[in-house]
Amino acid sequence: MTAPAPSLLRRTMRVANGRAGAVALVVIALFALAAPLALPDPATQFDIVDGALRPPSAIHPFGTDHLSRDVLSRVANGARISLAVAVIAVALSITLGAVVGLVAGFFGGVTDTIVMRVVDGAMAIPRLFLLLLLVAAWDRLPLAALILVIGATGWLGTSRLVRAEVLRLREAEFVRSAQALGAGARRVMFRHLLPNTIGPLAVAAMLGVGDVILLEAGLSFLGLGVRPPTPSWGGMILEGKDVLQAAPWVSLFPGLAIVATVLAINLFGEALHRAAESRSS
Amino acid sequence: MTAPAANGGPLLDVRDLVKHYRSGGLFQRSTPPVRAVDGISLDVAQGETLALVGESGCGKSSAGRSILRLQEPTSGSVMFEGRDVLALGREELRALRRKMQIIFQDPYSSLNPRLTVGDAVAEGIQIHKLADRAGTARRVAALLEEVGLDASYAGRYPHEFSGGQRQRIGIARALAVEPSFIVCDEPVSALDVSVQAQVLNLLRELQQRRGLSYLFIAHDLAVVRQLAHRIAVMYLGRIVETGATEELLANPRHPYTQALLSAVPEPDPTRQRERIVLSGDLPSPSAPPPGCHFHTRCFHQLRDGRCSTETPLLRPVGATRAACHYAEHSSVAQVTAPAIPNQ
Repeated sequence: MTAPAPSLLRRTMRVANGRAGAVALVVIALFALAAPLALPDPATQFDIVDGALRPPSAIHPFGTDHLSRDVLSRVANGARISLAVAVIAVALSITLGAVVGLVAGFFGGVTDTIVMRVVDGAMAIPRLFLLLLLVAAWDRLPLAALILVIGATGWLGTSRLVRAEVLRLREAEFVRSAQALGAGARRVMFRHLLPNTIGPLAVAAMLGVGDVILLEAGLSFLGLGVRPPTPSWGGMILEGKDVLQAAPWVSLFPGLAIVATVLAINLFGEALHRAAESRSS
Repeated sequence: MTAPAANGGPLLDVRDLVKHYRSGGLFQRSTPPVRAVDGISLDVAQGETLALVGESGCGKSSAGRSILRLQEPTSGSVMFEGRDVLALGREELRALRRKMQIIFQDPYSSLNPRLTVGDAVAEGIQIHKLADRAGTARRVAALLEEVGLDASYAGRYPHEFSGGQRQRIGIARALAVEPSFIVCDEPVSALDVSVQAQVLNLLRELQQRRGLSYLFIAHDLAVVRQLAHRIAVMYLGRIVETGATEELLANPRHPYTQALLSAVPEPDPTRQRERIVLSGDLPSPSAPPPGCHFHTRCFHQLRDGRCSTETPLLRPVGATRAACHYAEHSSVAQVTAPAIPNQ
C-alpha cells in the first residue's frame, strides 16, 4: 500500500543519490534566488568595449561576454528564467495530464476510448517538432506564451501514467467503500484516487522538469525560445557560439549549469522513483 | 417514515436476484456470461442476521454488492423498507446509502492509505451533511470509542494499525451514517483467529445496541454460527438450503450443506464425525451444470438422471428449506452435526 507523502520523501533521502540530488537542487535553487541580488545587473554593465570577452578573473569569476556582461551574473539570472519556465510548464502539464488521466480512467468506456485514442494520436507527433511549429508560427513569442506552449505539449505521458494508476485503484475496496457511503464522482476522483497517484506523479514531475530545461535550452539555442536580452541558459550558449574559440567561457558556464541541474534532477528523480516503486512492500 | 419491519414485513426483501457478468469488448466475440448470481431470494428482518455462506466464487459477494447496487444487478427485485432499491434514481440512491452500508473483507485495501482515521470515519457524515465541523469531530470520537478504539487515533494513518484495528475503523466508517442494514462481506476472513472472535463480538454488541440487521457473508459455517439467526447456503449462484441456524446446523438436508458442515472443526473430541471431501472443483459459473448445479460433485446415494436434468427448487424439508430432489432421504455420509456451543 502507498504510504503517506512524508515517508516517500524520507525513503528517497535514505539513498545516497537522492541526498546528493536534493542537496544540489537546493544549492541551485538558492543560487537562482539569491545570486542575482548580490551580483551586478547585467543590463546596466559599464565598460562596454574594454570589458568585453574577458576571461574569468577575480572580478568576473565566469568572465564576460561580447557585450561585456558578467557571465556569472547572467548564469544566475538565466537560472531564474530557465527554472521558472520549467517548473511552471511542468506544473501546467502535470495538472492537465492528471485531470485527463483521472477522467479517462475513472469514467472508462467511451470517454476513456476517445480520450486515450486522441492521446495516442498526439503522442505520435514528436514534441520538439510540434513546439518548433508553434513557436515558429508566432513571431516574438512572449515568455508566458512559451511556458504555455511547453506546458500544453507535455501532459500526454502524464495522462497515461495517471490513467493506469486510476485503473488499478478504481477497483480498490476503499473506492467501493466511498461509493457505498454515497460519495460522488468528484469526491472519489480528487479525494481517493488522485492522492494515491502522488508517488508516480512526483516522479513524472521531477523528470519532467529536467526534460523541459533541456527543451527550453534547445529552443533558445535555436533562437526560438527565450528572446535576448532576457538571459536563459540555452540563449547564452547561442550567444557564445560565434566566439567559442576566443572566449569559450561565454558558452561553457551556462552549459555546465544545464548539465549540473539536469543531473541533480535526474539523481533525485531516480531515487524518488525507486522509493515510490518499493512502497508496496 | 415507519419501517415495514414494525408491521411484520422484512426490512430487506430480495426476490430472484440475478447478476451476470458479460465479458468481451466491442471487437471480441462475446463469451457466455458468468452467472455469478443466478436467481436468489432472501429476506432480512429488523435486528436479524442472515448469513450467506458458500465457497469462494459461489456468488455471495456479488449478491451482497448487487443488493447495495454497488454493481447493477441484471434482474430481480430488492425491496428495502418497502422501497424498490433497483428503481431509485441517483440522488435517491445516494440518500439510501445512509441506511444500507457495507463492511469489507480486506481491512488493508478498504481504507484509503492517504486519509487519516478521523477523515475516513468522517467521510459519510460529510457526504450526507449530518453535522457541522465540531459536531463531526465529536461524532468521530464517539464512533471510535464505540468500536473499541481510542478517540485520539483520529489523527493517525491506517498503516499504523493492525488488521483487527483497521476492521474496527471500517466498522466505525460504516456506522457513521447510522445505517439500519449492513452487508458484512467476510469481515473476519482476513483476520487472525484470535482477532476474529473480538470483531464478531463487536458486531453482535452493535447489533443489540443499535438494532442493526446484517447480511453476513462468509465461506465458513464456524464463523457464522455464533452470530447468525438464519443461514442461507449458496452454491454456484443459487441458494441450496436455508433455515434457522440451529436447525440447519443440527440437521442439514442438502448434501452440500452437509459437506460444508463436515469441514467445521468438531469442538468435542469424543464425538466422531465423518469428513466429507468433495471431489472435483467448483464448475465454471459461465457454464454451470444443467439440472442441479451440485450434481457433478454430489455424493448422495440416490442421485440419478433427474439431478442432471431437472433443477430442484427450494422447498420445505423438515425444519429447513432445501433445493435437493432427495433431501428427505439420507445421503451416504452420515453427518453428525456439531453442537452449538453455549456461551
